[in-house]
Amino acid sequence: MDKYIARVMDPVKVEIRHLNFYYGKFHALKDINLQIAEKRVTALIGPSGCGKTTLLRTINRMHDLYPGNRYEGEILLDGKNILDRKTDLMELRQRVGMVFQKPTPFNASIFDNVAFGLRLKGIRDRRELEARVERALRDAALWDEVKDKLKENALSLSGGQQQRLSIARAIAVEPEVLLFDEPTSALDPVSTAKIEELIRSLGRTMTVVIVTHNMQQAARVSDYTAFMYFGEIIEFNSTDIIFTRPKIKLTEDYITGRFG
Amino acid sequence: MKRIGDRIFKSVAFLSALLVVLLVVIIGVLLYMESRAAMDRFGFLGFIFRDVWNPVEDEFGGLFAVVGTLLSSAIAIVIATPVSIGVAIFITELSPSSLRGLLSAIIELLAAIPSIIYGMWGLFVLAPILRHSVEPWMIEHFGFIPFLGGKPYGIGLLNAGIVLSIMIIPYISSIVREVFSLVPDVMKEAAYAVGATRWEVVRNVVIPYTRSGIMAGVILGLGRALGETMAVTFVIGNAYRIPSTIYEPSITIASSLANEFTEATSTLHLSSLFFLAFVLFLITFVVMSLGRLIIMRMQRHGV
Repeated sequence: MDKYIARVMDPVKVEIRHLNFYYGKFHALKDINLQIAEKRVTALIGPSGCGKTTLLRTINRMHDLYPGNRYEGEILLDGKNILDRKTDLMELRQRVGMVFQKPTPFNASIFDNVAFGLRLKGIRDRRELEARVERALRDAALWDEVKDKLKENALSLSGGQQQRLSIARAIAVEPEVLLFDEPTSALDPVSTAKIEELIRSLGRTMTVVIVTHNMQQAARVSDYTAFMYFGEIIEFNSTDIIFTRPKIKLTEDYITGRFG
Repeated sequence: MKRIGDRIFKSVAFLSALLVVLLVVIIGVLLYMESRAAMDRFGFLGFIFRDVWNPVEDEFGGLFAVVGTLLSSAIAIVIATPVSIGVAIFITELSPSSLRGLLSAIIELLAAIPSIIYGMWGLFVLAPILRHSVEPWMIEHFGFIPFLGGKPYGIGLLNAGIVLSIMIIPYISSIVREVFSLVPDVMKEAAYAVGATRWEVVRNVVIPYTRSGIMAGVILGLGRALGETMAVTFVIGNAYRIPSTIYEPSITIASSLANEFTEATSTLHLSSLFFLAFVLFLITFVVMSLGRLIIMRMQRHGV
């Protein structure tokens, strides 16, 4: 199959080299080569089942929670291979955060939800916790809505607020890379617009990778886009080029809605 | 044809359901009627709070048995709850999947052991160990805590509590395991995604998420412990008195009934035993309904 994988113009934060991934015997990712630019937004698009979420979850090794999965190849984070057996997964996941398809509020107060990762890091000082929770909530564009009810249960928030709370929790530990797995697919249009704006602004200070099945969303929020098909990256380039003059016929067929 | 068959099937099913409800009501009414003599003599609350049990002089009160029942079950719950949660955590979150089935089967087998065997084990194996090693050690180190000082007995509340706890662990842990498996993977992943360890995920996500389910499991276990008869009769010492330490012999309602029904000669003695049975019926009924209620609410509102 024809492929076109461009090299990025910006400094590289994550470099994936010859990555193969297997769920048991199923070969889910096939020879993935991809550069993820620092402090930019990279989108992964493609039809369902193409492996975009699987690829995303290799970057913080979420697959390791379940038995029977196998990686081959390299994922370099700042030049260090995170697939190495000696990688400390807890430390890796504090550096590479993740936001999920559905909001994931814990059955606890809003404050405790955001402070969760900070406490895991061993931060106990009340003042520091308060300052960092406030900063995370501001960065997640949620502060004004919740500043008077930080002690209330997070489950009382609306779906869109819960998703921004999940983002606040993820960014509170100040990760270098933030992974979004279809973060707006469970939300209404207004909440979706807020989250997209948030992703764009986060992409200026940290490296963001977002999986989306919504091509317009990829076009709106990302700097680079990878188009995946059946476990392979078919085309990778700046978002501009992918959506205006793709080099591969398959990519063009997909973004013009001829299949998928 | 089909409609007649359907109607017969429906009425048979309805009657079976009705029969079960009826049985419960009949048992309750029977216990109440048989205990009328004692109730008339000592009064309802008067009997429950009366601290005397003297068949020779025909003086009866329920306090010793009620207190012994509640205390032995309380000790059982205190021991069984953390162990059951630990078992459930290990099986659902930590053990390799190949071990999982085997482990749950073994735990479940605990529930299949006849209670008299637990009683014999408690009497012949556990009692000497408690009397000569465990209780002296506890008295030496924790004797300053109320109810933990005094003399070692071997047979008594502590023994009953331990035996009961082993008997209810399979029930509690299987319910806890079930509610643990209801925690969505994504909630756990969200905690892992900020760098949590397995233990931190269990403590901060799984347990808070399943708190009411754990509660229901504990209450159902309590319901079983309250009514357990044979094993307790073997190991509790059957002494009508208010124990001043957890090592002392005591008596439960169920073991009192098992011991004395064959020997009860006077009407009042027999009636008092029925009264005790009625009290146990009410206690377990309330406890079990409470547990069921929590489970029903959980199913309606999510875990």
